[in-house]
Amino acid sequence: MSSSNPSDSSAPSGAAVLATAPALRLDGIRKVYGTGENAIVAVDHASLTVGGGEIVALLGPSGSGKTTLLSIAGGLLAATEGTVVVGGEDISGHSPRELTEFRRSKVGFVFQSVNLVPFLTAEENLLVVSELAGARGAARKQARTRAKELLAELGLSHRAGNLPAQLSGGERQRVAIGRALFNSPALVLFDEPTSALDTKIGEQVMELIQAEMRSRGTASVIVTHDTRMTHYADRTVRIVDGVLGLADAAGDVSGDH
Amino acid sequence: MNLALTELRRRPSRFTVATVVLTFLSLLLLLLGGLLDGLYLGSTGAIRAQEADVIVYSDSARDSFLRSRITPDMREVVEGVDGVTEVGGLGFTLLGATVPGESDLADVAVAGYELAPSGVPAPPPAGHAWADDRLRDAGVAIGDTLLVGPAATPIVVDGWVEDTNYLLQGGLWVTLDTWRAVQNANRPDAFLADGVVQVLVVRGEGDIGPAIDAATGSTSSLTRDEAVNALPGVKEQRSTFNAIIYSTLAVVLAVVGLFFSLLTLERTGLYGVLKAIGASTRRLFVGVVLQAVVVAVIAFVIGGALATLADRALPADVPLQLTTGRYVFTFVALIVAAVLGSAVSLRRVTRIDPASAIGSAA
Repeated sequence: MSSSNPSDSSAPSGAAVLATAPALRLDGIRKVYGTGENAIVAVDHASLTVGGGEIVALLGPSGSGKTTLLSIAGGLLAATEGTVVVGGEDISGHSPRELTEFRRSKVGFVFQSVNLVPFLTAEENLLVVSELAGARGAARKQARTRAKELLAELGLSHRAGNLPAQLSGGERQRVAIGRALFNSPALVLFDEPTSALDTKIGEQVMELIQAEMRSRGTASVIVTHDTRMTHYADRTVRIVDGVLGLADAAGDVSGDH
Repeated sequence: MNLALTELRRRPSRFTVATVVLTFLSLLLLLLGGLLDGLYLGSTGAIRAQEADVIVYSDSARDSFLRSRITPDMREVVEGVDGVTEVGGLGFTLLGATVPGESDLADVAVAGYELAPSGVPAPPPAGHAWADDRLRDAGVAIGDTLLVGPAATPIVVDGWVEDTNYLLQGGLWVTLDTWRAVQNANRPDAFLADGVVQVLVVRGEGDIGPAIDAATGSTSSLTRDEAVNALPGVKEQRSTFNAIIYSTLAVVLAVVGLFFSLLTLERTGLYGVLKAIGASTRRLFVGVVLQAVVVAVIAFVIGGALATLADRALPADVPLQLTTGRYVFTFVALIVAAVLGSAVSLRRVTRIDPASAIGSAA
């Protein structure tokens, strides 16, 4: 599927959007590294709206700008130009401290190499989120209950006391998903969630991501370069040389840009 | 759940090297400090115990007890100075003493006095002494008659006093007459006429030192602390040991700084992820400092226990004296060094970009 404006991927299409309020709105995002003749445009006037509960796959080759765009959406990187609104909060002018607080409470991340804290158990890796928020007393007790519930939903109750090194790749990724969902964020950002997994486990993880996002109505953006995984998304957005375009729901991106 | 403490508990082996090195450094700090304290306290106890506003030397003595001579005429002038309320003579003679039943001579400092120093009773009868309890280690017991010096002058020990040694020799506190008799019998080269003492211990009101020196024209008055520092070798010992102690603390600082810098470097990826999910630089840095402090505390506890064992195991003639103050100083110094050393990591922690967590497979 293509858009009338190749750089404007705001219009939701493909699978049904589950809620009306956008979880993410990127408006005219531009990211430039360096200055003058050495300037490199990583993202060029990209606009994207992700509806509440919508799953969007962001597809592109290496160096296309998808990671930069994901980082900007998650408040990890400041855009040179443009507006970023997540869950109704405009983070474009946030200070580093405000961005830290925003990341802690409004957005979830699942990283490429899982990156669980190696000396914490599966349950404690989920509790890290509340630990970073400074939970004490009753809040800490609630967090423990929440962690147990999430682990049960992810089928990891029996692994709650295991360290990451004692878990399989798929189990580690599930723990990472649990950590991302812990604070019930408006948006979860996945960075190549299946790149470290074989195809079969990768598909299981994508099914889990789809099921978990759908059941919670949580919006997500999944960065991937693997077209086999895009059919788990409601919509696939292609990025090439920092410019966004639309692909069809199955991830067929040929000729859309 | 505290991340820093949990890591320490679950991965103690990562901190073993730093803990072992800091343990040896804290042991070294305590032993060096203990030796310094032992030398200082053992050399200066007799002077520190003086309840004196000033100690008056003859001006030709260049602040040396052994060279100083105060005559009865000079004493009379000092007693007449405004503000002076009490004056007492004081003198020391360093000799060896034969102890009943012991083959080795005991090193004693025969101290003649009039005004009782702190912790020392009024002068005993002639020929008797209050002995510093360090002389127990030399086999001295109450009631013993010590034969002092080559002339074997008899002195009977009547009781014990504490922390009154002079230049690392055990104090034997006697009357001025007994002291003069010992001096004249054993050191004829330094004969003392009747009434002559080495220095005067003076108590009074106001700034009496300059007034005394102005009145006599031939004395040099020092405060008690100045007199302590004027003892031969005291300043040199302190400056030498302190230089070694502070150098060792610099090594502690370097060890902590280097170790936690490397640890932070190793954790760059993890810190990037933690920052990405909402950890502040402050929280991560406090975690590093907390780990450094806990390692320092563990090192101090083990090092302190080893130093205490060493203190008990070493022979009595090794002037090692571990005081509560030394333990406290070493503990505080280690903690400060740990905090400052780990602070080196602040710049590195601050510079870790949370965006590094994205797009990294490392």
